[in-house]
Amino acid sequence: MSEIHLQIDGKDVVASEGMTLVDAAKSVGITIPTLCHHEKLEPYGGCRICTVEVEVRGWPKLVAGCIYPVEKDLVVRTRSEKVDKVRKVLVEEMLAHAPDSEQLKVLAEEYGADKDRFDKHPSFCIHCGLCVRYCAEIKKKHAVGFVDRGSNREISFFPEIAGKECWDCKECFPLCPTSALQAAYVLAESLMSPPEEAGGCGCSCSGHKK
Amino acid sequence: MDIKRIDEIIEKHDSEESSLIQILLDIQSEHHWLPKEALNRVAEKLQVPLSRIQHIATFYKAFSLVPKGRHEVHVCMGTACHVRGAQRVLDAVQDATGIKPGETDADLKFSLETVNCLGCCALGPVMEVDGKHHGNIAPSQIASVLNNCD
Ligand code: SF4
Ligand code: FES
Repeated sequence: MSEIHLQIDGKDVVASEGMTLVDAAKSVGITIPTLCHHEKLEPYGGCRICTVEVEVRGWPKLVAGCIYPVEKDLVVRTRSEKVDKVRKVLVEEMLAHAPDSEQLKVLAEEYGADKDRFDKHPSFCIHCGLCVRYCAEIKKKHAVGFVDRGSNREISFFPEIAGKECWDCKECFPLCPTSALQAAYVLAESLMSPPEEAGGCGCSCSGHKK
Repeated sequence: MDIKRIDEIIEKHDSEESSLIQILLDIQSEHHWLPKEALNRVAEKLQVPLSRIQHIATFYKAFSLVPKGRHEVHVCMGTACHVRGAQRVLDAVQDATGIKPGETDADLKFSLETVNCLGCCALGPVMEVDGKHHGNIAPSQIASVLNNCD
């Protein structure tokens, strides 16, 4: 693998081909905040909290650090007025959905985000896709997925698969930056308990108990 | 639902994973919705996770996971139709069918949807029934158009 020299926040960094800016920064002790990024998963670039400023031939532009690959002689700024402003607005938007997320609260503190800037839409999920991708890529079970589109998009457990797989796994729970995942599971669990356990037809009617 | 027919549709597309959307479209156009057993069958035959099929089936508005009527009525509510009285057209359709946009009647005869532009603004107000456009339609004509559907 060939060595690539670049500069991050004024430090000279030697990286290898294929590394992302988040990886390269980490190797010299600079932390770029991330939410949808996970070492074991394919790059996703969904949340944009890892936005950094890079200079390509003298032109500054904003890119997602978790998917942007290192380039020779690249100049990267992980904090700048522009970067901080982007992150601040992103956190404000996400807080409108998940006001109680600990990770978001920490970021809000750091970037001076106002948690009440946008009207609340407590869907609790910020669509980072960690749960969905973890289940698909690592566990290969596809028990949880996204449904619907646009602002109605949400995660959903599929009872046919979840009923068999999730009880003994639940490895996605700690990945969620909000509380949405666990809530969705609890809901799904109530729907997927097999009829014989729930008694008769699975509903609460008094008709045909076992 | 005839599972053999679903298999035929799948085979027509060589059980190709890359034809997933086309297969779903075919099932949708034949049944006017995507029954759960059909989706399970597609998942099994194409070896794609059900979650991905659900993701697609809920993403595109062309698909429906609940039964639709035999006749699909679309009333255009785009700007041009709107200023030419689309609301009165819609009211007339609702009166004639007894359903609101997004609904299907109990006999599974009609489903009603509003759309934001059918792309033929000069014909406004426009109502579309089973893909056929009815341009410059007057509220008084609606009942007779819909009565022609069996
Ligand atoms: S439920 Fe949590 S982990 Fe899953 S997509 Fe939403 S925020 Fe991400
Ligand atoms: S961490 Fe890079 S886009 Fe989410």
